[in-house]
Amino acid sequence: MKLKSNVAISDSGFVFDANTGESYSLNPIGIEILNELKQSKITEDLFAYLNNKYEVAEFTLEQNLMDFLSQLKQYGIIDE
Amino acid sequence: MSKLAYERPIINKINAGVPDKYGMQTQVGSIPYIDEIPVEKLLSEYGSPLYAVSEKIIRRKYREAHKAFSSRYPKVQFAWSYKTNYLDAICKVYHSEGSWAEVVSGFEYDKAILNGVEGHHIIFNGPDKSEEDLKKAVENKSLIHIDHFDELYMLLAIADSSKERPKVAIRINMDTGIHPQWDRFGFNYENGEAWNALNRILVSKKLDLVGLHTHIGTYIMSGAPYAVATSKLIDLALRVDEKFNHKIKYLDLGGGFASANTLKGAYLSGKDTCPSYADYADAITNTILNSELDPNNLPTLILETGRALVDEAGYILGTVLANKRLADGRRSMIIDIGINMLFTSFWYDHDMVPAKPKSQFTEDTSIYGPLCMNIDVIRSAIRFPSLEKGENVVIPRIGAYNMTQWLQFITYRPNIVLIDQEGKTHVIRKKETMDTFKAQEISPKYLG
Ligand SMILES: Cc1ncc(COP(=O)(O)O)c(C=O)c1O
Repeated sequence: MKLKSNVAISDSGFVFDANTGESYSLNPIGIEILNELKQSKITEDLFAYLNNKYEVAEFTLEQNLMDFLSQLKQYGIIDE
Repeated sequence: MSKLAYERPIINKINAGVPDKYGMQTQVGSIPYIDEIPVEKLLSEYGSPLYAVSEKIIRRKYREAHKAFSSRYPKVQFAWSYKTNYLDAICKVYHSEGSWAEVVSGFEYDKAILNGVEGHHIIFNGPDKSEEDLKKAVENKSLIHIDHFDELYMLLAIADSSKERPKVAIRINMDTGIHPQWDRFGFNYENGEAWNALNRILVSKKLDLVGLHTHIGTYIMSGAPYAVATSKLIDLALRVDEKFNHKIKYLDLGGGFASANTLKGAYLSGKDTCPSYADYADAITNTILNSELDPNNLPTLILETGRALVDEAGYILGTVLANKRLADGRRSMIIDIGINMLFTSFWYDHDMVPAKPKSQFTEDTSIYGPLCMNIDVIRSAIRFPSLEKGENVVIPRIGAYNMTQWLQFITYRPNIVLIDQEGKTHVIRKKETMDTFKAQEISPKYLG
């Protein structure tokens, strides 16, 4: 799983996808995940990284992360 | 190393420039307390969902409304519109402020009597008054607002056999420039029906014509239609005086003032468009004071305001049951408040906020109730922060019509609490239980 090329991330929480011309707004943890996905990663690693860093119940994180990643795929921002 | 505070990751597509159906506003507030009592505490004590009504707000709004009119006009009387919220405790708060009762059925009439309202302080409106209802109202010297000729003739017959001379007004419908024009209640002004009815009453000499009544509609968004309505009632009052030398004692302008809720499909929030009590009061009282009515013998002005008095005092509190992603990627949230408890969600886009302050990051969300029915939609499109299962939400301004028009459907109706002026809570209607239903239902023996 990897962020597509031509997707620009700004620190202020905006993402511009030059492939489609669409823009997105994200919260800080959303931006952080996209930055992590600049390098190819598997879901389990991403989960472990966030689980170590944030105070959150595992099942909540798992549910939220799966949901978020499925949205990224739907918007075409990441590749499998 | 201690871990950082977590927030669910969120991504929203930006639709440049145009506000979409989710609206421009992205900042969502919170309501952690109702009259200084934590929402969480109320829910853990009385169960979720829960209606909470603030006595403080009821009284504050009532006094504001009363002052708006009484500072402009010498004789003002409010009559609490029972159908808007007829929980006894709520009615008694209004009566303790000096409000009479306005009822539209035998059931509401009996409730008003049991709430200690004197017969001559009950206004009896509506198209459905049985002979028995009317006889009782005549005996009690209540103010009977006649809706149609069949009622008028029934009253004439009752008057023949009664010691009391019935005190009556007629309800009048009219064109005030608003749409839709309500013409199904009362007698029409423009086509002369109202004038006919007044003549019939006065010629008979059997009924004591004390007032003229209209209720032009509900959620009226400006004072102007009230000025038109007032001048039409005054025209009839002057004609009655001229022809029969009979003075009308009161003009009843009904209800209909808007509350700050937002109608479905409205572009602007109700908070920005709702007129003040003063706007309505100006329109009505200026019309009376500038009219040909004798300034030394002015009629009492009666108001049957419902929604605009009680909406703000009521809240419904609930809990998130689940979050889901819909087929097209939209987020949906299921809460334990359904349309069965929030009948007004059929015509309002109710505000809804988390009980606890949340991040400013919101997502386009559809909010569904718990009923296994497609129509159970509380908000089809709202920008809402992410809440986990078990977190609490608050829907404000639901005091009008929900606790009367609610439906018993699929689930029990929940507790209703009143928060008194000292901040103490009182259950004023108990949550339904299986016994509620057992008390009403009967299975024929052969079914076992
Ligand atoms: C005769 C009459 N009076 C008063 C009211 C209260 O109206 P509102 O809640 O719009 O003030 C109604 C409501 O339908 C009504 O029918």
